[in-house]
Amino acid sequence: MTGDLLTVSGLTKAYPGVVANDAVSFVIREGEVHALLGENGAGKSTLVKMIYGLVKPDSGVMTLRGAPYAPPDPHRARTSGVAMVFQHFSLFEAMNVAENVALGMENPPPLRDLAARIRDVSETYGLPLDPHRIVGDLSAGERQRVEIIRCLLQSPRLLIMDEPTSVLTPQEVGILFQTLRKLTAEGVAILYISHKLEEIRALCDHATILRQGRNVGTCVPRDTPARAMAEMMVGSAFAAPARTDREMGAVALEVADLSVAATGQFGTSLRAVTFAVRAGEVLGIGGVAGNGQDELLAALSGEMPVAAGAVRLWGEPIGQMGPAARRVLGLLTAPEERLGHAAAPDMSLTENAILTAAAREHLMHRGFLRWGAAEAFTRRIISAFDVRTPGPSTAARALSGGNLQKFVIGREVLQRPEVLVVNQPTWGVDAAAAAAIRQALLDLAAGGAAVICISQDLDELMEISDRFGALNEGRLSEIQSTHGLSVEAVGLMMGGAHGMEVAHV
Amino acid sequence: MMILSSIDPVLLLASLMVASTPILLAALGELVVERAGVLNLGVEGMMITGAICGFAMAVNTGSPLVGFIAAAAGGAVLALLFALLTQFALANQVASGLALTLFGLGLSSLLGQGYVGIKPPPTARLDLPILSDLPLVGRVLFSHDLMVYFALALVALVWALLKYTRAGLILRAVGENHEAAHALGYKVVRIRILAILFGGACAGLGGAYLSLVRVPQWTEGMTSGAGWIALALVVFASWKAGRVLLGAWLFGGVSVLQLNLQAAGLAIPVEYLSMSPYLITILVLVIMSADKSRAPASLGRIFHASQ
Repeated sequence: MTGDLLTVSGLTKAYPGVVANDAVSFVIREGEVHALLGENGAGKSTLVKMIYGLVKPDSGVMTLRGAPYAPPDPHRARTSGVAMVFQHFSLFEAMNVAENVALGMENPPPLRDLAARIRDVSETYGLPLDPHRIVGDLSAGERQRVEIIRCLLQSPRLLIMDEPTSVLTPQEVGILFQTLRKLTAEGVAILYISHKLEEIRALCDHATILRQGRNVGTCVPRDTPARAMAEMMVGSAFAAPARTDREMGAVALEVADLSVAATGQFGTSLRAVTFAVRAGEVLGIGGVAGNGQDELLAALSGEMPVAAGAVRLWGEPIGQMGPAARRVLGLLTAPEERLGHAAAPDMSLTENAILTAAAREHLMHRGFLRWGAAEAFTRRIISAFDVRTPGPSTAARALSGGNLQKFVIGREVLQRPEVLVVNQPTWGVDAAAAAAIRQALLDLAAGGAAVICISQDLDELMEISDRFGALNEGRLSEIQSTHGLSVEAVGLMMGGAHGMEVAHV
Repeated sequence: MMILSSIDPVLLLASLMVASTPILLAALGELVVERAGVLNLGVEGMMITGAICGFAMAVNTGSPLVGFIAAAAGGAVLALLFALLTQFALANQVASGLALTLFGLGLSSLLGQGYVGIKPPPTARLDLPILSDLPLVGRVLFSHDLMVYFALALVALVWALLKYTRAGLILRAVGENHEAAHALGYKVVRIRILAILFGGACAGLGGAYLSLVRVPQWTEGMTSGAGWIALALVVFASWKAGRVLLGAWLFGGVSVLQLNLQAAGLAIPVEYLSMSPYLITILVLVIMSADKSRAPASLGRIFHASQ
């Protein structure tokens, strides 16, 4: 059971201008869950791509069960028993589950037999899946099942998982962990990449930590506090967000009896959502994904007009106003989806800055763009939020997720909002960058702005918010002060145990 | 009634098969190209290049078969140019395709200068002892030239290949999500180049069918928009081989019918009759494509294996 499965020694890969991996060495034993930790851009993805045969190392060797292992392409990696679940799923939406599985296998049986085998495996591992459904209709969790089953059908010895839980609800994470434990009990080794340190502490046996392409240490996650791991990743101690006592001002934003029909087939209707947030306050809104978060953001940002009186800013009804009008009044928003919603992928950072800040930062004059002012504003965001980018003319798409997130949040914070609404502000962002973003939100509140933070990360909400409420099937729970709020109480709020609601479910 | 009775339905059906073959071949080739995620707007250029290559070779060798082979090769060579531009130089597919059409039209009139007014060698017709002599059916189904049957066989082949084989699955996967296909280890560029060459060869065959069988002679610009109709056919047929056949028959049928109506002296201006095949084909296919089928998701997007 404890033999070495894969040894990696001295693996190096350089791209023009950057060394992605510099002499990385580590060992994965049979049947263990091995975590690969590192900030965004530390070289984790390049490393697993080399193991999976997508990228050829410049130097260094690997052995698999004692034999030399140098896969020239993913086909060879798969025949050697290495399988991979990708961060951005490698699925084909217009095809059905069985076809998708067949594409990831070396010698797939005829589709009829394959469908039967998919059913078998999915039942064995508790991952229910209908082989004939079209992948485009599946939820993120179900899509991941397709990827996992595609891997399992080839009886892998090593399963690589690149940030598997970033798109899953807590329940789905629970199911995934059960599956992974079942696999390791059968002797399969798992190489697990994640930012979520608590998950790694719960699941992984060993961890290898990468920083700027180098292996900077190993640890046993169960015995290492999350904070210590985070500091190994970053390379230095970083400040946890600090809260200062502050005076709460008048009610800035008031939402009263907000009901909105679901948009699209998979949306959630908002039902009589009511809350108020005061100047200087951070209101945290939690809940499992898909319980109305996107709809709430759309109603607050103005993308979805609602009854005029349902949303009030400083007492004025603004429910019918569009996003631009709300921005002028000081209500700014930063949505969850970075590429495509918060930022236009192929436009430069300067152009993206103009898109939301034109009015408040006076980047436009009589219909003409003031490029100089726009670029200066963009440079301010880049320096104030430590956005790592060659310059303001870089396309948004070229930034890593964490850096783009810092830009998106920074762009709104620097416009001096009176009310700022953010959705998943630190999703997919490494620990140090997340701490910086949270600090910025706290500073903003300390400066007298009202902040609404919608997030699925409970630790984050407990860390920064003054009061907390949870969305559940489009209803907002009673809002409570986070001071002294227990985990059990939060769980009940998220579970929707509103007394009289239970009978309906 | 006088006018309609002067049109022979058997002759009409028989010539429908012939009239539809050029765009059927070209559209079938483009269907495979687009299923692989590449938008090649140069069909017209590849068709007319195939038309002159096939015509010249058939005249010089006296063999229509050699002519058709040369037409396929000519179309494929032009398509190779497109493949080099879009798959290696990562040029924009729309611009490259339009350039290919203009280039093909110019090249063909250059190559065709000595061939105006010549008659090509006749292409052999199917002559089955009993079947071809059957009344009605024999005339409509069993007495065409071999390319008609080749085109029909190709429809069945492409349909079966896309639906039932692993090669077809991989081709569709590349067209659907080239990044994912690359991540799984499939050679996106190589598969696309093969598809583009197939599309060029099919377009070339379609062009040669015009110059060797349907017309049969060489005139400049003789494809007169058939390549564009083939392109439209692929879209409105929702990228399905069976519907391409249906659309091609419809277009061929209305073309032949309106010619007959013109000859019969129907009291409708000729211009309306001439536009009717285009209008009716597009109208019917638009109605048919109103289901949920959609374009390959990577269609027209440039692929570059960045990491």
